[in-house]
Order: sequence, then structure tokens, then C-alpha cells
Amino acid sequence: MSPRILLAVTVRVLTQLRRDHRTLAMLLVLPTALIALLWWVFSGDATGSAFDRVGPALLAIFPFTVMFLVTSVTTLRERSSGTLERLLSMPTGRLDLLGGYALAFALVAMVQSTVAVAVSVGLLGLEVDGSLVLLGLVAVVDGVLGCALGLFVSAFATTEFQAVQFMPLVVIPQLLVCGLFVPRDALPSVLGAISDLMPLSYAVDAMGALTAGGPGSGSGGSVGADLAVVAGFAVAALALGAVTLRRRTP
Amino acid sequence: MSGSGVARVSGLVVRRGDRTVLDGLDLEVGPGVTGLLGPSGCGKSTLMRALVGVQRTHGGSVTVLDHPAGSARVRARVGYVTQAASVYDDLTVGENLRFFARVLDVPTDRVDRVLAEVDLTDQAGDVVGRLSGGQRSRVSLAVALLRRPELLVLDEPTVGLDPVLREDLWRLFHELADDGAAVLVSSHVMDEAERCDRLLLMREGAILADGTPAAVKESAGVDTVEAAFLALVRGEAS
Repeated sequence: MSPRILLAVTVRVLTQLRRDHRTLAMLLVLPTALIALLWWVFSGDATGSAFDRVGPALLAIFPFTVMFLVTSVTTLRERSSGTLERLLSMPTGRLDLLGGYALAFALVAMVQSTVAVAVSVGLLGLEVDGSLVLLGLVAVVDGVLGCALGLFVSAFATTEFQAVQFMPLVVIPQLLVCGLFVPRDALPSVLGAISDLMPLSYAVDAMGALTAGGPGSGSGGSVGADLAVVAGFAVAALALGAVTLRRRTP
Repeated sequence: MSGSGVARVSGLVVRRGDRTVLDGLDLEVGPGVTGLLGPSGCGKSTLMRALVGVQRTHGGSVTVLDHPAGSARVRARVGYVTQAASVYDDLTVGENLRFFARVLDVPTDRVDRVLAEVDLTDQAGDVVGRLSGGQRSRVSLAVALLRRPELLVLDEPTVGLDPVLREDLWRLFHELADDGAAVLVSSHVMDEAERCDRLLLMREGAILADGTPAAVKESAGVDTVEAAFLALVRGEAS
């Protein structure tokens, strides 16, 4: 691994993003806008607790989903333009490339989460039960997880069209069992076991534990463990991504 | 350096699907400008990809600068330009080159030098996606020149370029060769053959002829490389 190449990739990815205003808007504004939209949808709810229940899960789900979508397509663009082959014919290590992407999107996730947490807590009245910094950290690690899974699946797609199809396959099942619709402990036992194997569940758990009304609120002690699981999945996905990224292709 | 092959290919086999693209190819590439000529689909690009170590192979060996092709120790010493301009369309010319300069660990002041060599100094601030096809392929070539490669592999670098620029690029290839680099240039345009020090005529994965342009024409008894190619193909068929 070479930190020089890794950082070069990070700077390059960020420069590309800076020029692509639409993607940048999607990354930075869309998650917050969707959370605000949901707050509005629930604004007629007389008890006022519905948003407090789903808000924390959304803080985990949106960064994850958006990062997954963007990275699965960006790396495929790198593949089809021939720049991936060129980089791999240079002294670039596979982890330099994936790490560079992950770092770039981690920085974006940091800004994205800061905006989402600030708006949710400051404007929409989401009640936080733990530290705001920790809440932001969970969101960032969660964004990195989305990015790492996106990098991993992009190895199995040959066109951008195929890459986008991974979203319903990888993201939506996680969304269904993560505790957003039904608390995880109320799921049928088979689904509960599946839910335990899905990384997004732990991100949602951590968010819930850090907010007042969310699922699992009050179990603040497990946030560290949840965070470690999410980070572990992200590292594993990056490592698998490096393994599946072939220098030699047919 | 006399006779010492910069790249050695022996018994190279490459299959794609159930088609055998290269079947036991032997070849040596030395200093000077070597032209690899043959029709589209004859295996030129596959051979070039094998030389830079990005082609999955099914037998034989490819040695570059005394190491296996594509191994970490030679990757920095080999330049490679694919047919597709392998640069980032959404970055400027300068941003592309500065990125690859950092990856290759060459000082960024090299960027201005290679931009002058491919005649793109005035376009340094332009986004690549808005350049013409010829300009884009020159950006791609500039990247390969950043770190003076000992082996430069160029897959059809002059396609679609205007004659003046083509002339300039061939002069540049010879300058690089004079500095000691082995330059391997592929083309399906036979009239470029005359500009090479050595010619390799390729068809259906095999080398039909290997020698200076004069020697290739002489041995076939004709006065153009194109006629020599045709004579060789017909001679092979009869």
C-alpha cells in the first residue's frame, strides 16, 4: 500500500465530485431533504412520536443508500473508461485505489451527516439521548459501509445498468429487516436471524440507542459494539473488493 | 543493449471464451521503434495487454525488463496507452496529468514538459470531455510519457490524428527510442510501417514477418508493406 497513491486517488475523486454538481447535491442535500420530507409527512400525527421513531433509522439508511448507489456506479465508470486498467498497469495497489475511494467518500459522508444531524436535531426536533458527535460518527461509518459495499458489488457488474440493479438486491432487503418497519426483536425468528447478519441493522441500532424515541433507545452502552460491527463489515467489504478487483482480465 | 530484448514473449497462449487468440507466440521486443501491424482482431491489443500485465494468459511467459510482465517492479518502468483514451473526462487536462504524476511519483513539473510534447499546453485548463477525439488521445499519450518509460506500449496511438500531428508523434517516438526506450506501436494502417525501425506483421495471432521495412518488402519481392502483407497471406494460404 502507498499512502501517496491513496491520497492522490482521494483528491482526484473529490475533484471529480466538485465538478459534478448534480451528484454533489444528491450526496449532500438529498438525505437531509428526504428526512425533512418524512418529518412533514408525519407532521399531522397527533402523538408526535412517529418521526422520533423512524428519524434515527433514516439517519442511518439514507447515507448508506446514497453512498452505495454513487460508489457502485463511479467505479464502474472507471472500469469502462479504461482508467482502471491504466491505473493497474501502474504501481497502484488495489487497496490504494479502494482506500482512496473510501477516504474520499468518508469525507463526503462527514459533511452529509453533519448536515443531516444538524437539520434533524436543530430544525426537526429529533431528540438526542447521547452525544451528537457519536451520532455523527455512526452516520459517517455507515456512509463508509455503503461506499465499501458499492465498491465491492461494482466488481460483479459490467455496465452501469447492471450496477444500479444491485441496489434492490443489496440495499432493500437490509432496509426491510433493519428495524425501520418492525422492531428487530419483534421480527419472525428466521428474519431476526437474517437481520442479525445485516450490517445496516447495527447502524440503525446504534442510531436508535443514541436518540430518545428510536428503537432500542436507552441501550446506550451498546453503541460502541454496534459501531464496531458496522466498521468491521466496511473493512471486510473493502478487503473483498480488493480481492475481486483483478489486475489481469480476460 | 544490443540484441538484449527489453521484452520477451515465449509460448504465449491467450484464450478468450472458446477462441484462441494467441497460440504459442514467441517474440522479442528490443530498443528502437517496433511497429506491430495487422488487421483489426488479429491479436495486437491482446499481445500488448499481455506485455503490460493486464491480460489473463493461459500458457507461456512474458518477461519485461527481466521481470514477469505486470509485476510490481516493472509496472513503473512501462508506459501503456490503450485505444480508448484512458483519462478522466470530467477532469481538466492538467488535473489528469497531475493525478497520474502523483501515482507515478514523478515531480509535477514534468506535466508542463509532456503537455508541450503532445502539443496541448494551451488546453491544460480544459475539461477533457470537451476536447476533440484526437486531443483526448494525446492526453492519454501524455500520461504514458510522464515517467520516461523503458518500454512504451502504444495501441493505435495515431488513429484519427491529422497528418501534421501524426508526423510530430512519430518524431517523438523516435526521440524516445534514441534515448534508449523500446517503443512498440500498433497500427492497422500499413502506411505507418515505413516509419518503424522494425516491423512485425501479424495475422490471426501469428507473426507473419519480422524485420526492417526494407527487409520485409525485399523478402516478399514487392515495394510496399501492404503488398508484402498480401503476398505473405497468399503465400501462406497456397
